[in-house]
Amino acid sequence: MTTTNLDPSSIPLPTRRRPRIGETGLRALTAATALLLVAIMALLVYETARQAWPSIQEFGLGFITSDQWNVVTGQFGALNFIIGTLLTSVVALVIAVPMAIAIGLFLSELAPRVLRTPVGLMVELLAAIPSVVLGLWGILVMGPFLAEHVEPWLSDHLGFIPLFSGYPSSQGVLPACVVLSIMVVPIVASISRELFLSVPGELKQGAMALGATRWEMVRSVMLPYVSGGLVASTMLGFGRAVGEAIAVTQVIGGANAISRSLFPPGDTMASRIAAQYAGTATSLQRSSLAYLAVLLLIISLITNIAAQLISGRLQRRLGGEA
Amino acid sequence: MSAQDDRNPLTVVSPRSRRRKLQGRLMELLASFAALVAIVVLLVVIFSVAKRGLPAVNADLFTQVAAPFGVEGGGIKNAIVGTLIMTAMATAMAVPIGVLLAIFDTEFAPPQVSVAIRMTLNVLAGVPTIVIGIFIFGLVVVSNGQSAFAASIALAIIILPVIARATEEVLLLVPSTLREGSMALGATRARTVVSVILPSAFGGIVTATIVGVARAAGETAPILFTSSIFANAVVTDPSQPMASMPFAIFTNSESPSHHDQQVAWAAALLLMAFVLLGSITGRLLSLRTRRQIEQMR
Amino acid sequence: MTDQQDTQPSDPGDAPEVTSANPGTRLTELASGHESNPTEGRETVFQLDKVTISYSGKPAICDVDLSVHRNLVTAFIGPSGCGKTTLLRSLNRMNDLIPGASVDGRISYHGHDLNGSNVDPVELRRRIGMVFQRPNPFPKSIYDNVAYGMRLHGMKDDLDGRVERALTHAALWDEVKDRLKASALSLSGGQQQRLCIARALAIEPDVVLMDEPASALDPISTQHVEDLVESLKAEYTIIIVTHNMQQSARVADITAFFSVDVRDDGSRSGVLVEHGPTSDLFIRPSDPRTEAYVTGRFG
Repeated sequence: MTTTNLDPSSIPLPTRRRPRIGETGLRALTAATALLLVAIMALLVYETARQAWPSIQEFGLGFITSDQWNVVTGQFGALNFIIGTLLTSVVALVIAVPMAIAIGLFLSELAPRVLRTPVGLMVELLAAIPSVVLGLWGILVMGPFLAEHVEPWLSDHLGFIPLFSGYPSSQGVLPACVVLSIMVVPIVASISRELFLSVPGELKQGAMALGATRWEMVRSVMLPYVSGGLVASTMLGFGRAVGEAIAVTQVIGGANAISRSLFPPGDTMASRIAAQYAGTATSLQRSSLAYLAVLLLIISLITNIAAQLISGRLQRRLGGEA
Repeated sequence: MSAQDDRNPLTVVSPRSRRRKLQGRLMELLASFAALVAIVVLLVVIFSVAKRGLPAVNADLFTQVAAPFGVEGGGIKNAIVGTLIMTAMATAMAVPIGVLLAIFDTEFAPPQVSVAIRMTLNVLAGVPTIVIGIFIFGLVVVSNGQSAFAASIALAIIILPVIARATEEVLLLVPSTLREGSMALGATRARTVVSVILPSAFGGIVTATIVGVARAAGETAPILFTSSIFANAVVTDPSQPMASMPFAIFTNSESPSHHDQQVAWAAALLLMAFVLLGSITGRLLSLRTRRQIEQMR
Repeated sequence: MTDQQDTQPSDPGDAPEVTSANPGTRLTELASGHESNPTEGRETVFQLDKVTISYSGKPAICDVDLSVHRNLVTAFIGPSGCGKTTLLRSLNRMNDLIPGASVDGRISYHGHDLNGSNVDPVELRRRIGMVFQRPNPFPKSIYDNVAYGMRLHGMKDDLDGRVERALTHAALWDEVKDRLKASALSLSGGQQQRLCIARALAIEPDVVLMDEPASALDPISTQHVEDLVESLKAEYTIIIVTHNMQQSARVADITAFFSVDVRDDGSRSGVLVEHGPTSDLFIRPSDPRTEAYVTGRFG
């Protein structure tokens, strides 16, 4: 031990002798999965667009405004399916979003504490039911029920509104709307529950201390506070409804027609792909179905990214406030 | 005290405040009613599937393959086997990738990269499953034909974001004091991940896997174009297309034959029971993991 | 607690000269002044008899006997955990919002049982306003913040005038009169807290409860709030919770000192040690615990 009189500052800091294999290895491995993710996403977009390319070249943007879908003449257009998609999704949201927000409110504010976890779990389970099972139920139970009991009533009492006019049908747009709303409710409900839980207690107490009732506090303080997030969750729900293929195919009846009523069969972009892609007669038909997929992809990308931007901006705003 | 309360100005309720309270009660009632409706819908679906499916569940269902056209009887043995194999393969692909991705995202990636990855995961999660079916069809099926393997890839892509996000969530819950504690002892980041973070997040990864399995087992759209033309026999070779429960439900649901519909209900009951049990287990486990990790803080 | 409001400096033009807060000056004044009890001849607003407040069966504060008088500033002081905020929140039944909270004993407000079965907490809170520890303006405009309570309670005539009076009362009008439509979140922390006071005053309460209203504020804003408290007592009855003795000495007429009792089984709960005119409590504390606290040997 002769080092005692060594000046500590002369001891060099330990330097790394050899690269640490574990460290670089794990880092590289995990980074590779990230690259894989990006590659999957890019390839997904590329491959779908590649399949759609012949149809895109043939029809261009006219595809969107044409209501033809004729294998014999080789004329394909998406208009009816776009309208069918928007109609089913919008009606589904109109049914689902208010309900889902109310459920979110129930789970975060109104329900007795003991009920919150089990009821929340049941709402989440609704999202877990496979869509094909929901479709089976839709086609064999709910569709006939709507046609026998609900649609006649609607057309008797609200028939002056074109949406509710016409003859009842067990397969059609209305059952599709109901099935889609069942799928959208749990998504929007669980996001709204999180949003409501994120409202600072200070604000809620501030409103109560001024003599607000609980509902007034909800309406005037909580709802405005979470409104941006609710918009984002609605967009996610919209994306989900637009993209659902299986259950819609099962219940909607499959018809290339626009009706002013919700009762007769129709088709959405996703359901048309599900119904026809596996058994196409011509390559142009297959390519046109891929064109529909490209449109779906674009819609899902836009709604998803927009929803993320909205909630991201919101988080920053609220983060800055805290 | 009642005599005094009669004069108590705090108990005098003006018509206005009566109206306000009534309105509040009404809205709260409506919100509670909405929750009730959701539960009722869930129970109605479960009940009506069980009511129609239970009578059709019998030994044949598990031991027989589908009967030839026009013949009564038969089962879905090949579909059950197919779903089990394809789900297992998809999970085996998606879990390691998803977990590594989550580790990269939470432990190694610079903030901007991590934001970008999270965004990409969300976008991928939002891609309609039918589009993923078309993607794999073009990528794999066109050149190699339909196969269980192709279907598994499609399923794996669908559950990858589910698993990655669920794992990420748990990794983020692991308190930073644990990380710092380990690093302060001179452990490398990798060593910290392997010996400290993964063990404490293990429960969460199991949960993520269960949720992923439940999701993969129930998906139909990606199978439609990748494993839909199969031999009516039990197939275990992944290079061949296989029958599956969701596909069996899908085709039988559109059949006018009462017997086919019976098979569809029975298969739906089995599938739903499997998926719902998986989801409940996953959910309960995740609550438990959350509590455990919170206790570490 | 991050106080981003500190990053926004108060307008120096409006800030009064801050005389360094010296409790000694005030105490000497108090001591040399007349020693009549300030509560004499004043109406009792709150009367607490054997009040115990528990959370899920565990008492947070026990056996409080106390009366609060009209047009005086009453301060609740004591170390943290002594239950002073819990007690304050029981006076407008904000504890109702906490699951498991319960009140034993009797709290009467102008002679009426506050927790009586028919009492409407909404009506109660209209009469008993509250200002919180951290400013909590709603993410709305300055105007809408002040108008919020009035709209709830249907005080719709001359809303503009009422908003102006409330803001003037809270000594904020001059600073915000040109930007009433601006977001309340654009105000500095001190301004936000005065806005919250204005919001409480706007619905014409009888009592204003203040829960450490200056604890999240810088010294200049604290000065503003303290001046405000002083000027408000002509019209309102004020109860202020503070852990700051100097603040209590500066603003309070009556001070109630609370402490934490540790029982044999190790459980803790708050107790009221003594209360009286602020001067008596600070200069001639009758309980050794009070003396220890005010002389800085504890807490």
